Amino acid sequence: MTELSWAIAGMAAVTFGTRFGATLLFRQGLPDRLERWLRHVPTAVLTAFVAPALLAPRGVLEIGLGNHALLAGVVAGFAAWRSGKTGVTMAAGLLAMALFRGLEKL
Amino acid sequence: MEKRQMQVALLRQGALDMLPLLVGLIPFGLACGMLAIEAGFTAWETIAMSLLVFAGAAQFIAIGMVAAGVSDWKVLTLTALIVNLRHILMGASLLPYVRNLSLGRQAVLAFGMVDETYTVTMNRIRTTGYTPAYQLGTNGAAYAVWVACTAAGTYLGSYAVVLFAWGLDFAMPATFLAMLLPRLIEHPPSRWVAAVAAVCAVGGKLLLPGAWYILAACVAAVITGGVLEERRERHD
Repeated sequence: MTELSWAIAGMAAVTFGTRFGATLLFRQGLPDRLERWLRHVPTAVLTAFVAPALLAPRGVLEIGLGNHALLAGVVAGFAAWRSGKTGVTMAAGLLAMALFRGLEKL
Repeated sequence: MEKRQMQVALLRQGALDMLPLLVGLIPFGLACGMLAIEAGFTAWETIAMSLLVFAGAAQFIAIGMVAAGVSDWKVLTLTALIVNLRHILMGASLLPYVRNLSLGRQAVLAFGMVDETYTVTMNRIRTTGYTPAYQLGTNGAAYAVWVACTAAGTYLGSYAVVLFAWGLDFAMPATFLAMLLPRLIEHPPSRWVAAVAAVCAVGGKLLLPGAWYILAACVAAVITGGVLEERRERHD
């Protein structure tokens, strides 16, 4: 096997390990306290992806009208609040993004 | 409805609910395939990586390292481990729902647990409840699209650049935002959790190397949420 094949095998093993690890670690069940803490994981994961994508899309903090991702995020947020539908929110965000990028090229 | 039909309906619903995020996966899958070829992976290695690893962020980072001349399998494996550590937290938070399934089923569901399928499944739990068929539907849809797009990317990679120019890369943050907002509206303590996650993620992205910022933000935010709840309970 080539070095890259070994790398792919290793990556596959550790990735699956992290996804299945919790099951093996907590065969006896989660402590109540930990279970309550873990309820916050979805909010944490969602925010950890959304916040940098909106506030620092190019790797530096950009708060202003020049930041298309932030503007499109505001549009998507408004759509989420009014419609409550993921599909509508995504479409609104993407349309806004295409519009802002298109306007910039004019 | 017959049980089997119900399972199929749930599978389909899971796949359907993934649609907004699948749109976002397309340009990343194509780009992943294109960049892997440029970095020196063969087409088969690229497709095998998507089939076996199935982890967007880890694959991109590995490709970047290989392109930069790092091909030591130990370094690449360790990096994938670090990038994916957040999955332990995610898997643990799903445990209360999957605990009664057989280990084999849990393993199959765990293999397909990526950020997108996890958040859509948690969203379903919040609104309707948990069913393994639904989760499997989200996993299958994401897996099929990811593998197909990386494979396509090895051939027509340069088109991925066009999709990025259209802004399709914004599909993931926009969809995640749509799943995040109801949590903040319905559950006020979540606002503090999100605030801490936002500050740590943005600060971490600017200051920390690689994808450490995601793990750092998740750990800090989960601790914040736990401490807040325990303090509130003491007051009650």
